[in-house]
Amino acid sequence: MPKLIIDGTEIEVQAGTTVFQACQQAGVEVPHFCFHERLAIAGNCRMCLVELEKAPKPIASCAYPTADGMVIKTNTPMVEKARKGVMEFLLINHPLDCPICDQGGECDLQDEAMAYGKDRSRYEENRRAVTDKYMGPLVKTTMTRCIHCTRCVRFITDVAGVEELGATGRGENMEITTYVEKALTSELSGNIIDLCPVGALTSKPYEFKARSWELKKTESIDVFDALGTNICINTRGPEVMRILPRLNEDINEEWMADKARFAYDGLKRQRLDRPYIRQNGKLKECSWDAALEFVATKIETAKPNEMAAIAGDLCDVESMFALKELMQSLDVQNIDCRQDAAFIPLETRAHYLFNTSIAGIEKADVCLVIGANLRWEAPLLNARLRKTYLQSKLKVGMIGEELDLTYPYSQIGTGPEAIDSLLNNTHPFAALLKNAKNPMIIIGSALMTRADAPALFQKIQQLIDTFGIIRDDWNGYNLLHKAASRVGGLDIGFVPNKSAMNTEQIIEAAQKGSLKLLYLLGADEIHLKPHQNCCVIYQGHHGDIGAQIADVILPGAAYSEKSGTYTNIEGRVQRSEMALFPPHLAKEDWKIIRAISGAIGKALPYNSIEELRYQLVEKYPHFGHIDQLGQDKWQKIDIASSSKISDKPFLNVIQNYYMTDVISRASLTMAKCTKDILNIQEQHENKRVANA
Amino acid sequence: MKKLTRTLKSFLLVELASGLWLTLKYMFKKKVTLNYPFEKGPLSPRFRGEHALRRYENGEERCIACKLCEAACPAQAITIEAEAREDGSRRTTRYDIDMTKCIYCGYCQEACPVDAIVQGPNFEFTVETREELFYDKDKLLSNGDRWEAEIQRNLEQDAKYR
Repeated sequence: MPKLIIDGTEIEVQAGTTVFQACQQAGVEVPHFCFHERLAIAGNCRMCLVELEKAPKPIASCAYPTADGMVIKTNTPMVEKARKGVMEFLLINHPLDCPICDQGGECDLQDEAMAYGKDRSRYEENRRAVTDKYMGPLVKTTMTRCIHCTRCVRFITDVAGVEELGATGRGENMEITTYVEKALTSELSGNIIDLCPVGALTSKPYEFKARSWELKKTESIDVFDALGTNICINTRGPEVMRILPRLNEDINEEWMADKARFAYDGLKRQRLDRPYIRQNGKLKECSWDAALEFVATKIETAKPNEMAAIAGDLCDVESMFALKELMQSLDVQNIDCRQDAAFIPLETRAHYLFNTSIAGIEKADVCLVIGANLRWEAPLLNARLRKTYLQSKLKVGMIGEELDLTYPYSQIGTGPEAIDSLLNNTHPFAALLKNAKNPMIIIGSALMTRADAPALFQKIQQLIDTFGIIRDDWNGYNLLHKAASRVGGLDIGFVPNKSAMNTEQIIEAAQKGSLKLLYLLGADEIHLKPHQNCCVIYQGHHGDIGAQIADVILPGAAYSEKSGTYTNIEGRVQRSEMALFPPHLAKEDWKIIRAISGAIGKALPYNSIEELRYQLVEKYPHFGHIDQLGQDKWQKIDIASSSKISDKPFLNVIQNYYMTDVISRASLTMAKCTKDILNIQEQHENKRVANA
Repeated sequence: MKKLTRTLKSFLLVELASGLWLTLKYMFKKKVTLNYPFEKGPLSPRFRGEHALRRYENGEERCIACKLCEAACPAQAITIEAEAREDGSRRTTRYDIDMTKCIYCGYCQEACPVDAIVQGPNFEFTVETREELFYDKDKLLSNGDRWEAEIQRNLEQDAKYR
């Protein structure tokens, strides 16, 4: 452990620490642009120069390893002069357009220029001007502002794992470019906007819309995938202006997926802002009283076994809890939170969690992925796997559709027969799994949503036994859900008991007409034509599939408009705050359910969200432990299933990453991404041409 | 002795006479009263009157929606919304000043990097309703067009002190 002296104070640091990090640990601030703690060291901005005693010239602290007995000085005239010189060089070609730059107010260069910049330029030659590059519908470029820190290049190459960004030319002629004019295809491309220390890369949808100082920041949780990314919703007045990631080492580090970052404009479109009742086949606006009365009469005329409720993918735990209690008070057992009709083992909590935990992936050395498109179902999880691959050569095996995961993997097969090839040791990956120290398997929706899933889970249990995936000190069994509400719903038991109907049966009954009342809590991913006897109540925030088939619409709140609890795939309970109010007449979801319970005379025993949460914690104590991972005991998956395993391949459940739910389907930005990044429209047109 | 002089002065009406003498003196001096509104007093080039948004000589509006005036305004009288214009330049879609909130401190003019928002020499903009004092972008730009000559002269005169 080297000991060094920084500005007169002695500090002992870990071996391998850079001088820059040592300065940070000593509490000494060193200005920097290119250094970023999660990226490779580049050392090309030269802003972090410090004085090393006995060295002939100042050293770039970010790229200089510490050694015993070093004497570092950061406050000498020499350092001051060096920094001022570097700053003057940086400002030679940096345009003075802060007033029209979106980075203005949160710009590293602006801040450092206040400390080290001169108030006028001595440069009288021609200044450099660079043509702007096209990087797709998300990232706007103003390349003249670029100071060549290469943070974006390092992020896209190392973290995102797509080699689509690089630098051409040297010295003054250096340019950051996509080589050929094309959109960045990474699902994490938005992060380069946060990384850019100047205004060269800014957000296209946010272009010129707001200033950082006029935004109200609210801490929240992302719902576009099941990871529970920590986000910060920036609002101005009644409008979401942008969404930024929050630091959480255990989940998203400081990254964020593009859908979570840019789909917010969907929150302003297609909103249900008042109740509707269907009259003569058409939805008509009505008052809350009328809507509640309508719902109450429908509930009162239906028998318990003629009613059912399905909860959607974006629901918070509170509203599902309230709906479950409402249904219980009516003696209704037909409730399900798995609108994709997935089969999930439920004997113990560990059966449906991502037990290794997201940060725990870094300890694994072999990973088997079955039926999951990691890049689309959980981009940040995939980034974590890539990080582990880079750090410790994680070996990944894949059963399912072939795709580009951004790191090499061995394709074992596409269907269930590949699991057998591992079990009877005919595939070389079996040996890898056998010898692995910490093996893990990730099971995706493509497996869970199959009809033969129960039988497949028996196979999974065999895998676990054969390869020692679960030990006392290691649990490598991971279920990867794609819905933010899923684990929360399973936690509170929003599932039918043995004799009751699950999603599939509910849909069938609704189409047959044996179901009189179907309550959809934000459930839009189900496709049914309800029988005329079946009254569909839709509670949600967007006019989408669910609202089209509804007989009565109760306008609810989107995730930004309510304080809610979400459980992520690891079983980590997280809470979001309300960033703005629901539009017009729309209400928070648990309040709507509470109002219905009042209208039918079976009022639920809570009048505030705190009272509701108190009851929730009383019934399910782990909801009281916010931001903590529980220790869930493992027990064998014991499913009696006689169904035969079909040899169909595992087909990915997501067809279009940018449009998976009601919010992203309503978003203009996501539509542009679909067109420009995935070229989906083009494919459709090609197909049409081919068919014609 | 003091008491005696005071009594003597009051009996001889000295204060009255000196007062009347002053009045008499001013009767023969030049008059200072202005026949407002037909006559007006001089104004400093720094006078902070009614706001105006200026244009460049080619007719392009100066304001670039940097929102510094909005941030500087201590009375929070300015509201700005911005967007990229069709040609990609940064422009306001809304520039409102609530003149009932404004305290005429001139900070907006100080903050403006392009001399777009200025407080012109006009102080005669009384209106009959409150609503008329909620200025929008059109009103401010038309103010600028109307007062450009005076505003420019004032800015030039003041420039050497900045």
